[in-house]
Formats: sequence, C-alpha cells, structure tokens
Amino acid sequence: MSPGGWFKRRSKAANKAVRKQLDALPDGLWTKCSKCSEILFSKELERNLRVCNRCGYHFKLGAAERLAITVDEDSFVEMDTDLVSVNPLDFPAYESKIEKWKTASGLNDGMVTGVAAIGGQPVVIGVADFGFLGGSMGSVYGEKVTRAFERGMDERLPVLIVNTSGGARMQEGIISLMQMAKTSAAAAQFDRAGLMYIAIFGDPTMAGVHASFAMLADVIIAEPGALIGLAGQRVAAQAQVLKEPPGYRLAEWQLEHGMVDMVLPRREIRDTLIKLLDCGARRQ
Amino acid sequence: MALNVLDFEKPIAELDANIAQLKQVSEQEGVDRSAEIAALEEHRDRLIAEIFANLTPWDKTLLARHPNRPYTLDYVRAIFDDFVELHGDRLFADDKAIIGGFGFLDGKPVMVIGQQKGRDLKERQFRNFGCAKPEGYRKALRLMKMAEKFGRPIISFVDTPAADCNFGSEERGISEAIARNMREMSVLKVPVIVAVTGEGGSGGALGIAVGDRILMQEHAIYSVIPPEGCAAILSEFQRDPQRAPEAAEAMKITAQHCLEYGVLDEIVPEPLGGAHRNYEVAAANVKAAIVRNLAAVEKLSPKKLVEQRYQKFRRMGVFAVVTESLEAAKAG
Repeated sequence: MSPGGWFKRRSKAANKAVRKQLDALPDGLWTKCSKCSEILFSKELERNLRVCNRCGYHFKLGAAERLAITVDEDSFVEMDTDLVSVNPLDFPAYESKIEKWKTASGLNDGMVTGVAAIGGQPVVIGVADFGFLGGSMGSVYGEKVTRAFERGMDERLPVLIVNTSGGARMQEGIISLMQMAKTSAAAAQFDRAGLMYIAIFGDPTMAGVHASFAMLADVIIAEPGALIGLAGQRVAAQAQVLKEPPGYRLAEWQLEHGMVDMVLPRREIRDTLIKLLDCGARRQ
Repeated sequence: MALNVLDFEKPIAELDANIAQLKQVSEQEGVDRSAEIAALEEHRDRLIAEIFANLTPWDKTLLARHPNRPYTLDYVRAIFDDFVELHGDRLFADDKAIIGGFGFLDGKPVMVIGQQKGRDLKERQFRNFGCAKPEGYRKALRLMKMAEKFGRPIISFVDTPAADCNFGSEERGISEAIARNMREMSVLKVPVIVAVTGEGGSGGALGIAVGDRILMQEHAIYSVIPPEGCAAILSEFQRDPQRAPEAAEAMKITAQHCLEYGVLDEIVPEPLGGAHRNYEVAAANVKAAIVRNLAAVEKLSPKKLVEQRYQKFRRMGVFAVVTESLEAAKAG
C-alpha cells in the first residue's frame, strides 16, 4: 500500500475520533462542512461569512444573514411584511407546512423585501430564504418581487435580488406558475424604465425562479458551486435526462456557457455590488 | 387503433366497433338496419356523456395527452388559410418542437406559433415529443417581433409536456429563453391570443403563453409541473411517480379550475368524447373562440393593450394581508 493511502486512512480515522469527542461538546459550537466534512469552529465560520476555510464551500445563508453581509448597517427597512400565504388549492398538508416553516424561520414567506443602502447607494432589495419551503415561489413571493420592481420604478431606485430557490411552489399549482409570468412582466416594466437590476444566484437558483425574473437581470453574480438551472435533479431524473457530466449546471459551468456575468466568492460580492451600482445607478 | 384507447374509453370503443360492424354488414347484405344503428349510436353518446361527466383530473391528463388528439398543425390547417411556415432562430438551429409562420384568419394576416407533437415514434422523436429547446423559444420570439413590426396579431397554440431540459438546452440557456419570451411578450404592441389545446406544461408552456386572452380547451390541462414530477418530488406522495393521479387531483390542473383561479378567460368546448373524436368540430370551436376574442382586443390602442396585459398577469396570485405585522405578533 502506498504511503498516501496510509495517510488518508489515518486522517479518516482521526476525523472519526474527533467526531466522537465532538458529541460530548455542547451543540452549535462546531459545524461540519457539507462538502468536505471538515469540522469547523462555528464562530470562525461566521467570521468567514459561512464559507468553509478548507474547501471554500459556501453554506446557504438565511435572509437575515444575507442582509447583514450585503447592506449597510442598520439601513434595511422591510416592506410588505403583512403578506401571508393561504391554501388556494386545498393542497394536502400545505397549511401545516407553512406554519412549521413560519415558526422555524421567523419569516412570513421565503422572500424578504425592503429598502436599504449599499455603500451609501439606496436600493430596493429582495432576499430569498431557502429555509422556508426551499425558497419556493408562491403567490406571496411573486407579489413581493413584483412590488419590489414597482417600488424601484416609483422611487427610481435599482433593484437587487438575492436568489436561493428550488423553483415554483407546487402546493399553489397553476397560481405559482403564473408568478413566473407576473414577475417577468414586472421586470419588463422595470427594464423599460431604464433602471438597473442586479441578481445574485446563491445555491440553488432553479426552475421557476431561474427561468423567470432571475435570468432577466442586467448583471448576474453567482456564488461558487451554486446549482443553477431549469430542471432539478429529481425532475431531470423523472424526465430521463442523459447522464450528467461533473460540474454540470454549477455556477462555474454557467459562467463558461455565458449565462452569468461572474462567479464571486462571498467576501467579494459587496464591494463588486458597490462598483456596479456606481456604474449603473448613481444619480448624476 | 385499439392501442390508442384509454381505459375509460374502452366501453365507448366497443360500441364504436359494434356500430361499424353493423354498418358494414348492412351495406354488404343490403339490409336496412339504420334504426338499430341509430339506437346504438344514441346509446353510445349517452354513455360518453355519462363517462365524461365524471372525469378525474388524471383522466383529463390522459385525454390532454391522447395520441389521437389534434395537434397544433392540425388546428393550423383547419383554422388558417395559406399558412407559410418560417424556420430557425437565426442563432443556432431550427427547433421542430415549435412551429411558426404567417397565415390568414378569415382573410386577415396573422402570425401563428405553437408547440408541435409527433404522431408516430419517428415523428415524435423528430418533434422531440413537443419539448421545445432554447432555439424554439427564440424562433417564436423572432416571429412575434416580426409580427409586431408588421402590426399583425399573434395566435399561439400551447401543447407541451414541458420545456426540454437536456444537457444541450441547459447549455444554451433554456431558462433565459423562456424568461426573455415572457418579458418580451408582456410588452408586445400587437394582440396575442393564446390557446392551450393539450398539455400546458409549466414554464415550457408559459414561454409562448403570455397574452391578452388565454383560451383553454375543455379537456386540456395547465400545470406547474407534470403530475408525475410533482409526485416524484413531494413527500406527501412518498416521492413516488406512480401516485401521479393523486398529484393531478391536488394540483387542480383542469381548465375548469384554471378558469376559477383567473388564469383563463374562456373554456373552449370540445366535441362529445374529446377533441380526438371530431377534429372538425374541435377546430371550429377553437377558431370561433379565437375570432371572438381577437375582435374584443383588436380595437385597443397598443398602449392600452400592453397596460391591460400587464394588469392581467399582475393580478394573478392568491394571498392574505394580515393586519398586524410579524414584528407586532412577536412583540405581543
């Protein structure tokens, strides 16, 4: 056996031992990287904007965490907090799911919108939260995105939307689907008004969100390793898509194919946003 | 023929066969059995009416996918004169899953686009099962922009299981193509009439379905995801595609439901037993609905037209507005 093999083996064994020790420690002190399984000190992970310092894996961010690292301190004022989902189709188990996620996330829906400043530039911002039913787009989500564009037009402000979404919310059926048309139509109005729209694609940005307002941004910034595309794994499997090559539909692959403007590590996004807003949205 | 009969259609098919046999026999023997035939036909029609009064959403899904159902080109032939098909997106290829071109609707020049499925295995592969690639959406947009340039109305036929989501389509930006079409269609300065004639398959359908009037055939479906896909994803259905009939039920995909939710303007009646039993009547009904709805929006100025179209989609969505905000609820 090669020495490499011995080392690898030892490190695995060592990891196991560490993990055993960790079980004895209080919860939340350590976080395991979902990609490389490295055990990370939670506080350090926070300092690193929830990016693994070993493999560079970008953990998903909740809406509040995303806002905190994106906008100027204390500048965010939320809007449309009074919109809540109902169950228009009487879809089985939908209400209980909403209640569960509301309690778990402290949010009314998977899309949080408001007005904030980035580097002093006022913007209308929308941030998705994957923790709320997979960041899926239902009526409330679609309405909030639409209102964000409308607010942008009313106040002549740029719009920034940070996406992490699995797609349209199946539990609202055809009404969810129509949110794609609604948000795209709003993006058309916003586009014609000559205002700047920037999108950030976090992991994942898929299906009904990707194939509507998300892809219509003037500038698209993707996070490393984010899954971006039309059909998710399970849908693709259902549609019997040919065997997927490695890296398929990840942010870097989308960059290669000209579908995003850049792939930026989380730490560099805010500074780039400030520059972009300066170019496209500064009032002369 | 027998292969193309759905389970719930079997009793109807049996009666059809009996009637045909009787007709043949009476012709051969020269005996007049018209009374018997008429009675049998009446019995059959009653049976059809009975069966069709109790169709489940899953039955409707099967009807919308019926291998004998008229496809876009069948409607184009029946409804428009002198159809001239145009090809290609001028960027990459010509997608056979979306057809388009000029035609005359009662003498009036219009642009026709629509998804096209294939009848036999070879044709199905040629049409990619009606699943359009980015090229298809980009061709449709090119033709719609051309229609706008010449001030011609657009008639769009929707019949697709979904957009193509294979490697090549993702590679060439299928999401971008669909999104761009929705954005551009929402601001077209000419009337757009959409007819959902079979499967309204999620984003794949929407890519050519943003219009001033949305019509849907009686047994067509319109859905955020195919029932099989929904069942395969949601834990409510144990992620089992076999439970698609339940997902079809839960997602409310029928024309009748879509009308209820304000997604449609009108349901176009189909001949007794479904569009596939009588192409002529099916097409005549679709044509009448197109002509009527086009007349209603044609008079509007381009500005008014675009404004109304925006408001139409702007209104879609069902949610509640709570009086106390989440913050207040937390504080309380």
